[in-house]
Amino acid sequence: MVTEAQPKENEVVSDDKEGDFEPKIIGFLCNWCSYTGADLAGVSRLQYPPNFIPIRVMCTGAVDPVYVIKALLEGADSVLVAGCHPGDCHYLSGNFKARRRIAILKKLLENLGLEERRIRLEWISASEGQKFADTVNEMVKETKKMGPNPIKKEWDI
Amino acid sequence: MEKKVGAVMVLGAGITGMQTALDLAESGFKVYLVEKRSSIGGVMASLDKTFPTNDCAMCTIAPTLVGTGRHHNIEILTVSDIEKVEGEAGDFTVSVVKHPRYIDEEKCTGCGLCSQYCPIEAISEFERGVSVRNATFVPFPQAVPLVYRIDRTKCIGCGLCEQYCKANAVNYAQEDETVNLNVGSIVLSPGFETFDPTVKSEYGYGRFPNVVTSIQFERILSASGPYAGHVLRPSDGKHPMKIAWIQCVGSRDEQVDKGYCSAVCCTYATKEAIIAKEHTKGTDCTIFYMDMRTYGKGFEEYYNIAKNQYGVNYIKCRVPHIEEIPETKDLKIIYWDENGERKEDVFNLVVLSVGMKPSQDFKEIAEKFGIELNEYGFCKTEYFSPLKTSRNGIFVGGSFSSPKDIPDAVAQASGVASKASGPISSERNSLVSVKEYPPEIDIGDEPRIGVFCCHCGINIGSVVDVPAVSEYAKTLPNVVHTEHNLYTCSQDTQDKIKDAIKEHNLNRVIVASCTPRTHEPLFQNTIREAGLNPYLFDLTSTREHVSWVHKNDKEKATEKAKHMVAMAVEKVRRNKMVHLSSVESVKAALIIGGGIAGMTAALDLADQGFSAYIIEKENELGGNLRNIHHLLNEGDPHRELKSFIEKVENNPAIEVFTNAKLENLSGYIGNFTALVRQCEDTKEIKAGAIIVATGAKEFKPENRYLYGEDPRVMTQLEFDKKLHDEGFSGKNIVMIQCVGSREEGREYCSRICCTEAIKNALVAKELNPDANIYMLYRDIRTYGFREKVYKDAREKGVMFLRYTNDKKPIVEKDGDDLKVSVYNANIKKDIVIRPDVVVLSAATVPYEENEELAQIIKVPLTSQNFFLEAHMKIKPVDFAAAGIFLAGTCHSPKFIDETISQASGAASRATTLMSKKELFTEGISVVVDEERCAGCGLCEDNCAYDAIKVNEGTGFAEVNEVLCMGCGACTCICPSNVPFLRQFEPKQLIAMVDKALEAEG
Repeated sequence: MVTEAQPKENEVVSDDKEGDFEPKIIGFLCNWCSYTGADLAGVSRLQYPPNFIPIRVMCTGAVDPVYVIKALLEGADSVLVAGCHPGDCHYLSGNFKARRRIAILKKLLENLGLEERRIRLEWISASEGQKFADTVNEMVKETKKMGPNPIKKEWDI
Repeated sequence: MEKKVGAVMVLGAGITGMQTALDLAESGFKVYLVEKRSSIGGVMASLDKTFPTNDCAMCTIAPTLVGTGRHHNIEILTVSDIEKVEGEAGDFTVSVVKHPRYIDEEKCTGCGLCSQYCPIEAISEFERGVSVRNATFVPFPQAVPLVYRIDRTKCIGCGLCEQYCKANAVNYAQEDETVNLNVGSIVLSPGFETFDPTVKSEYGYGRFPNVVTSIQFERILSASGPYAGHVLRPSDGKHPMKIAWIQCVGSRDEQVDKGYCSAVCCTYATKEAIIAKEHTKGTDCTIFYMDMRTYGKGFEEYYNIAKNQYGVNYIKCRVPHIEEIPETKDLKIIYWDENGERKEDVFNLVVLSVGMKPSQDFKEIAEKFGIELNEYGFCKTEYFSPLKTSRNGIFVGGSFSSPKDIPDAVAQASGVASKASGPISSERNSLVSVKEYPPEIDIGDEPRIGVFCCHCGINIGSVVDVPAVSEYAKTLPNVVHTEHNLYTCSQDTQDKIKDAIKEHNLNRVIVASCTPRTHEPLFQNTIREAGLNPYLFDLTSTREHVSWVHKNDKEKATEKAKHMVAMAVEKVRRNKMVHLSSVESVKAALIIGGGIAGMTAALDLADQGFSAYIIEKENELGGNLRNIHHLLNEGDPHRELKSFIEKVENNPAIEVFTNAKLENLSGYIGNFTALVRQCEDTKEIKAGAIIVATGAKEFKPENRYLYGEDPRVMTQLEFDKKLHDEGFSGKNIVMIQCVGSREEGREYCSRICCTEAIKNALVAKELNPDANIYMLYRDIRTYGFREKVYKDAREKGVMFLRYTNDKKPIVEKDGDDLKVSVYNANIKKDIVIRPDVVVLSAATVPYEENEELAQIIKVPLTSQNFFLEAHMKIKPVDFAAAGIFLAGTCHSPKFIDETISQASGAASRATTLMSKKELFTEGISVVVDEERCAGCGLCEDNCAYDAIKVNEGTGFAEVNEVLCMGCGACTCICPSNVPFLRQFEPKQLIAMVDKALEAEG
C-alpha cells in the first residue's frame, strides 16, 4: 500500500554501545506476506542496515524450530520469523502453528540462558513495507544492545 | 451459420496491446499483433520509473515484453501498417503492409555489430531527440523482437553493415510485403502521441536548450538513457539544481485545440520531481500547476509524500511565458502566486508536462476501419460500453479512447480481450498450437551451476559491485559459469542463458536480480526452453533486499549480495526436478457482488461460454447504480440498469443469489468450493475462479458541516435523488468538495466527486437557471474528457471558490438560515453565503465487511480497506493469490465506464484460466519418504487441506498432490522428517543458514 511508500530517513543505528559489534540476523520470511512486504520496503527505498539476511520460506508454519536453533548455534545474533497476520495465512493456519512453536522456542532459549528476544515473531503483511523496515531496524538496535550471541563462543561449535 | 474465425488482430503493441494479446492468446485465440514501430513496448518502455510505486518501468514491463515476444500464439508484425480492412464481425480480412527492415528478421541475431560499425548518426526517436542512434539501429536494448533495422532515409549505402554481419542478414533489396490476416475480431490500441510544444512559442521549446518535454526528461532520468542515469541539462551537461515543471502544456488549452485534460501529467510530474531529488540531493523542484489532479489509487498519498517529505514545491499558477538568460542559459519564470503577488524565479532546467494527443494516424485508422472518432480526435465510445467502437466486431483499448494512466489502460486491455473474444468464443482453440518444449535433459548427479548477476540498469549496479559478485560466485561449489548483465530479464539475455546452458552443460541456474515474485516464471520458462526442468532454478533478490535498501553502504551491500548468491548456490545444488500435477478447471466463476461490476463480469463470462454465480448481499441486483438518477449525456442510469439486470436474469448461464453471503471459501485455482448462505440455507458452489466486485459506498459525514443536524445539508447522492424526486426551485446552493477525502485519516482522493458535483450543479441549473451555485473546492479533478463539464459549468455560471485544507469552510446556523463562510486568498477575507442547501461531496469509502471477506478469501486490503491488487501498475485486476480477481469500486473509487472496463478485465483474466485444458496446481507438493514413515498420523492432524493421510493398507503417509498446497506444515511436525517440501528441504534450509552465517561473503 502506498501510504507506506515513504522515504523515511534511515534510522541509522548510531548509539552503538557495543562498539564495532555488527550483529548477524537471519530472517525466515513467508512467501506470501512478509517476503512481499520486504519487497515493498525495497520498492519504497526504505533503508535498513545490511546485517539482516532473508531466507524465503513458503509459510512460517514450515519453519522447523531446528532451523532457528541451528541459526543460533551457528552464531546468528538473533532470528526473525515473519508471516501473515493472524487470519491472513495463505495456508489457513500456518502462522498459528508458527506462533505456538516460537512460544516454546522462546522458553527453551530462556532455559539456555539466552535472551528470549533473540527470537522475534512478527506479522508483516504484503502492504507493510514500512513495518518490515522498522522491524529490522529495531532488531539491529536491540541486538546491538544485547551484544553478541554467546552460544557459539561458549560452546566452541 | 455465419463464419467465425478464432483469431484476433491487435493494432498497437504498447502495454495495452501486449496485455490484450497475452490475455487472448492465453484464452485460446491466435493473435496478430501489428505495430508500426520496430519494437513492441510503446511509450511505457521509454519511461524511467512509474508512479505511485516508483518501480522501474523497464523492469515492470519486461515480463510482458518477453512474454509477448515468446508466446507461441502471438505473431508479431512490426514496422507494419494497415492497408485495408474487409469483411464483417466474425470474419474480417485485414491487409497489413510489412515495411522492409533491410535486415532479415529470421537471420538477425541482434548482436549489434552492424550498428557498431555504422558511420551514420541520426536523431534517436526512442530517446526523444536527446541523443543519437546509428542509421542501423534497434530503438532500445531490450527491444522485442531484437532485430536491427536500417533507416534508409539516413543510410548512405556504404555497405559496412553488410560486410560485418556474420549472419548475412543485411538485405538492401527488401521491399514492402503485404500480408492478409483473417481474423474474427479487431482490437485497436494504437496509443497516443505527446503534444509537440513548439507551437506554444511562449515556452521557448526548441529555442531554449534547457526547456525539455516531460518525456525527454524521463529519458534523462533513465539509467539506460542518454546520460546513463545522471540528471544533466542539455546546454552544458551540468547538474540542474533547480528544476521547474509547467503543467497542462497541450492540455486544458483551447488555444491549441486541446480542451481536455491529459489525466496523467500531474502524477508523472510529481514522480519526476521525486526521482530528480533522489538522483541529486538538494535539487530544488517546483511544479507550476492549475489543479493538482492526483486522483488515482495511491496518487494523493504520493502527492503528499512529494510535498511533505521530499519538499517538492507546488505553485498554483499558469505560467505565461519563459525567458532565457542568455549568459547562463538559465530560465526565468514570472508568475503570480495564490495571493495574487507577482514573483519571479530562475531555474536551470524547465520541464514541460506535455499532454497526450491523438496520434497523427488516428484519422487514417478511423477511415480504414470504418469507425468514428470523438470531438477530440480520439476513438468514440459510449459510457456504458467503453470498449466498443462504433463498428461491430472492432474494439478499443488504452489511450485510443481517452488519455489514461497505465493501470487503467491495463485493466482495459484485459477487458477488451474479453469483449473481442466473446463473440468468437465458439472458435476457441481452433487456430492455436500447443507450446512444445524440448524433452527434459537428464541432469546426472553432478550439479553444474550457472550464475547470472543482474545490474538492472543502475538499480543494482550503482550500489552492489556486480562484477565482484559474479567473480566471487565462480569460487562457489559446483558453479561452472558466471556472468553479469545490464538487464538479465531482456530477451537477448534469455538467449544468452540458453546458450550458456548448452555451452557449459549447466543443469542448475541462478539469477541474482529483482524478486522471484515477478521474474521467476520468466527465467523458469527460459531454462525450460533449453531443456532444463524449471525447478532447477533459483532467483535471489539483490535488488529489493540489497541495493534498494542499503544504498548508503555499498561495501556491505556487496558483501550481503555475495552471501545471498552463496546461499542460493547451496540451495540450488540440492534442487531436484519437479513435475507438477495438473487438474481441470471448473468452468464457472463465482462473483461476489451484483452491482454493475459483478453483472458485467457475469455477462462477459457467459459470452465466453462459462457459467457465473453472482452472490449479492442485498435483495436485488444493481448496487450503487440504483442510487444514481442522473448522468451527463451518458444515458439514462435507470434504463441502463434495467437492461443490465434483464440481461443477467435472462441469461441461462448466470445464476443469481440475492440476500446471500459468502461464508467460507476453500480449494484453489480452478477448483474453489464456496459456502454461500442465503437466508437460512447454505449452498455449496464449485468455481474455477473468484471475482470480487463488492463495490463501495458514499461516506455519511455525520457531525460535519451540520450534516445529520439540519435537513438542508445533504450528500451528493442525496441531492441527486432530491433533484430527481422533487426537482429544485431554491436559489442558492453551496457544494463543498473533499468531505472525508484528502484529509487526515482518509488521505486518498475519491476521484468521482468533482465530476459528480458538477453534474448535479448542471442538473440543478437546468431545473432552475437562476440558481446560484457556489462550489467550494480544493482542486477540480475533472480529468480526461470530463474537463468539458467543468468548462460547461463555468460557462453556465457555476461559481468555483477555492479553499485549502487548513482553512476549511464553516457551515453554521444563523437564526433559521444556513450560513457558509469560506476564506478567499485573492481578496484575503471570508466570503459569506446564505444557501438554501449545502451539498457535501462525501468520500467514497469501502464497506466494513471487506475485512471479513478478505479473511475468508485470503486476499490483502490496503490500509484504507480497499482490496489490494497484485501489482498497482501492471496487475490491476489480479490478486496475488492465483485464480482470484477484482473489479470496480472495491478496488478504489471509480466511474461507471472504468468499472465496466475493469469488470470485463476480471472476466478476461478468469477466462484465461478456465479456458485451459489443464491447469497446473499452484504449489510444489510435499513428498513422503516412505522408508522412514512410522504411520503415526501426526502429519494428518496438521494438514489444513486433508492432503496427507496415512494409508491404512500400507501404513505409510500418502500425499494427495492436487489437494496439497505446498505449505510444508506437515514437514515440521513429523518426528522423523518423513514428509518434505521440494525446494525447501531441511538440508537446503540448513545449508543456507550455515552459509548466511559464514564469515566470508
